[in-house]
Amino acid sequence: MSIETRFRISRSDFALDIDLALPGRDVTAVFGPSGSGKTTFLRAVAGLEHDPDGCVKVGDMLWQDGAHFVPTHERSIGFVFQEASLFSHLDVRRNLEYGLRRVPESARKVSLDRAIELLGIGPLLARRTDGLSGGERQRVAIARALAVSPGILMMDEPLAAVDLGHKQEIMPYLESLHDELDIPVLYVSHAIDEVASLADTLVLLEAGRAVACGPTRELLTRPDLPLLHDPDAEALVETVVAEHDEAFHLTYLDFPGGRFAVTRHSLTVGDVVRLRVLARDVSLTLARPTGTTILNVFPATIEDVVREDPAQVLVRLTAGGITLLSRITARSAAELELKPGRTVYAQVKAVALLT
Amino acid sequence: MSLNDADLSALIITLQLAGLTTLILLLLGTPLALWLASTRWRFKFLIEAVVALPLVLPPTVLGFYLLITLGPHGPVGGFMEWMGGRSLVFTFTGLVIGSVFYSMPFVVQPLQNAFTAIGHRPLEVAATLRAGPLDRFLTVTLPMARSGFLTAAVLGFAHTVGEFGVVLMIGGSIPGETRVLSIAIYDHVEALEYGRAHWLAGGLLILSFVMLVVVYGLNRRFRVLQP
Repeated sequence: MSIETRFRISRSDFALDIDLALPGRDVTAVFGPSGSGKTTFLRAVAGLEHDPDGCVKVGDMLWQDGAHFVPTHERSIGFVFQEASLFSHLDVRRNLEYGLRRVPESARKVSLDRAIELLGIGPLLARRTDGLSGGERQRVAIARALAVSPGILMMDEPLAAVDLGHKQEIMPYLESLHDELDIPVLYVSHAIDEVASLADTLVLLEAGRAVACGPTRELLTRPDLPLLHDPDAEALVETVVAEHDEAFHLTYLDFPGGRFAVTRHSLTVGDVVRLRVLARDVSLTLARPTGTTILNVFPATIEDVVREDPAQVLVRLTAGGITLLSRITARSAAELELKPGRTVYAQVKAVALLT
Repeated sequence: MSLNDADLSALIITLQLAGLTTLILLLLGTPLALWLASTRWRFKFLIEAVVALPLVLPPTVLGFYLLITLGPHGPVGGFMEWMGGRSLVFTFTGLVIGSVFYSMPFVVQPLQNAFTAIGHRPLEVAATLRAGPLDRFLTVTLPMARSGFLTAAVLGFAHTVGEFGVVLMIGGSIPGETRVLSIAIYDHVEALEYGRAHWLAGGLLILSFVMLVVVYGLNRRFRVLQP
């Protein structure tokens, strides 16, 4: 299944011009700065914005073209808005049941109990919505959207309106949706960490146009894309669990460029694990460092050195064919005479595990 | 001394008039208010001004034009006579038509405010949860606007009960047909029957006060339910 979309929307302050085929599986993130049109794009796919010339085809179902428009309530979608937008006149359970009751029995693939369990909202069912915290409200909204057994789950910056603490509360639930349910997700965000954690495919929007579309891992480190210059620029590294070191309470993870040591995780040997490595957590040395407390050191070759501002440069490296990023001062780059082709040692101070 | 037959009949006419007017206004005012709350038409303010006119217009002015329009030589009254009926002035039907115009802003404005306060988002959410347009109206708009409906109904009813100028112009004071409470009070005072006037005036005062207390009391409770 694939999701084909074509929109040409012009407003006085903004234009959207998009022709995209998205994979109809896993998580696809639509990433861009505010005003880039990502929310308008998502709303147009849902039928909430009506572009008379737009075209949306999901698998073999035509949702709209010039002559034909399936209204939102007849599209097999689940939609999570930025603000949870729970119905204030209904309690939590009735909010959850609102959509479910309108889905014919035969089309129900996600049971209400399953949605409640996945989002951990069992204890909230009898509560009124105005007594919930921001994180709880958004979890109820996600469960409500799942309960209609959507063909596509769309999320419009579901974490943008919740504070950092609640963001960390919701993220694990979002990550688990991916593994637990076989529902393709369209996820709109302007936060690089959410995208890197959740998305398999990334669409990059700028000023209403898609400037790139491809696997998240590749796009994060592509030199021609702005993701590289985000303060949270990072590389994704796919690793395999090699062994556990019980003595030091570590887990070793192999990738083509070497072996990462991380604190002991309950992972099975042979599992594939993605690691997020932030550019600011990687420093460079010319000789293999000795007498360092940093465990994760890999020989790497410099690909590019990109000047970001007078003080900082971003270095793209490859270690065993895998791209890593390092953000260092311009002065260090000059003193070490860093240039493409040079072999260096990348010291990784911290990694985050994505399971 | 209490209500005599004539006053009782005036009370019944008044309640019938106010009830019917409120019902008609809720039926007509709901779609109008929905449209006013959602349209992006640039001249919508013209319609809003027309709806609000009875708030500032002397009732006798409204009554005068209604008299012209509904009377035997006016377009509506003339048409009725041509059809073999009679003109609508000095009839109960004429009073209902006049009251609908006169009380229109008291019903349409609270409804419009309630619909505007709900906004688009809850309806968009309902659409993504498979609810069609009528379903959305019945299960989202109506319950979320319930305090607006209550306010609209009570204000429309109470305002119609208190109407005087329009009735005087187009209804006259025909007992059992167009003689409403406010006219009856006026007649009593003219005839120097102050005791009878007291009964009716005091009754209206209490009725109006009780209705407003109910509105404000219930609205406060609703607000606790839906901040």
